[in-house]
Amino acid sequence: MRILRHPILGNLDEQPPVFIEVDGELIPAREGEPIAAAIIAAGRLKLRHTRKSGEPRGVFCGIGRCTDCVMTVDGQANVRTCVTPVKAGMKIVTQGASPEREAQE
Amino acid sequence: MTQSDTDIIVIGAGPAGLSAAAEAARLGAAVLVLDENDRPGGQLFKQIHKFFGSKDHRAGVRGYAIGDSLLAETARLGARIELGAVVYAIYPDRRVAVITADQRRLLLNPKKIILATGASENALAFPGCTLPGVMSAGAVQTMVNLHRVLPADKTLMVGSGNVGLIVSYQIRQAGGKVAALVEAAPVIGGYGVHAAKISRLGVPILTGHTVKCVHGTDRVEGATLVALDDKFRAVPGSERDIEIGCVAIAVGLTPLAELALMCGCKFTYIPKLGGHLPVHDDNMETTAAGIYVAGDITGVEEASSAMEEGRLAGIAAAEALGRVAPSEAAVLKQAVWARLNALRTGRFGQARRDAKERITAEGRGAHVV
Repeated sequence: MRILRHPILGNLDEQPPVFIEVDGELIPAREGEPIAAAIIAAGRLKLRHTRKSGEPRGVFCGIGRCTDCVMTVDGQANVRTCVTPVKAGMKIVTQGASPEREAQE
Repeated sequence: MTQSDTDIIVIGAGPAGLSAAAEAARLGAAVLVLDENDRPGGQLFKQIHKFFGSKDHRAGVRGYAIGDSLLAETARLGARIELGAVVYAIYPDRRVAVITADQRRLLLNPKKIILATGASENALAFPGCTLPGVMSAGAVQTMVNLHRVLPADKTLMVGSGNVGLIVSYQIRQAGGKVAALVEAAPVIGGYGVHAAKISRLGVPILTGHTVKCVHGTDRVEGATLVALDDKFRAVPGSERDIEIGCVAIAVGLTPLAELALMCGCKFTYIPKLGGHLPVHDDNMETTAAGIYVAGDITGVEEASSAMEEGRLAGIAAAEALGRVAPSEAAVLKQAVWARLNALRTGRFGQARRDAKERITAEGRGAHVV
């Protein structure tokens, strides 16, 4: 969820949202924030599934080292969403052996 | 980015790297700072609390304001910062291999290198530790303070060092709840003043407790806490379940020392400072000639000491290049050492100072002047 008011940082400035598409769903984002921040703000913590066993994973380190947050962004696989800035219109797809993905294939 | 006329390459644009760059540039060196991130400042801009220390250490100033002034200082003094630039190798002849933000590969040939790569947070293994919602405390802090995103309504904090205590407070400031803070040790690890702040807000600090497991299917839904005896064994029957949506792990950091390893410099092992560390002399120079270190890479401390170490490395590297007379450099370095030693006092600081002195003792004498 978004932190709109903050005792030190003040109110969140009201920049108009941009939209990104995550697994076919449009979600609002703040241009330039990491992709993972936008997805977590939309209420979703799971960002990928492991390839073999399909276990869910999300952000762990938040500094681009652990690679647990990787997703496919505009066709490019394994993009670290915790350090990759949002651009309007990005198409993002969850990677890994999810049942949804298997049904698609 | 061109490779001509670069005297010093600083790797890492956090508090240590920016301070090193500012100091070296002030003394007339041509400085290039490389950072893999798309914004400078390292972890300073998520530090919304006021720093400790004396006026010399910018006490009472919030971390992000220190970040702003460091960036302004670096820019004013003419040090260049290249963002999105990943250093993937340092060769024995001191050439630096970089991939730039626009995917170009460069080999740079600086006269001196200052490694200020920082540290990364440790993970903790328990059943459920890979579930989405189990995050490093620093990641939670970045989300909350920098991106204004609260990962979950209720968080369990694991670890009572200053990171765990401060991030718990900042989750509360942002409107989130901290269901509990667990600490395996029998005593709180961080400063009493930070612990008191979250205690007053009603956050239970459970020393002698840890997280036994975390439950959930696609995300964290709850955790089981367990008491530990004096040998850190789980006390049977002491389990209790809590409902939470996020687990923040604050169990220490490990220096990001890969590039120093590549340089072939001597390391030592000091668990208290984060593990395997490159040793250095009083100039912050490693045993590999012309390679300096500053900040968490050579022992995890705080931003205040990282900045002083950076200044020291910057002065020493500029001195080695002949940009400043040894007599003048000695005065400048002595002033920094005085501030550093002042930071390393008190109940926590003295132990760090003792450990840091082991590092310099091992690092001294590698370069006969």
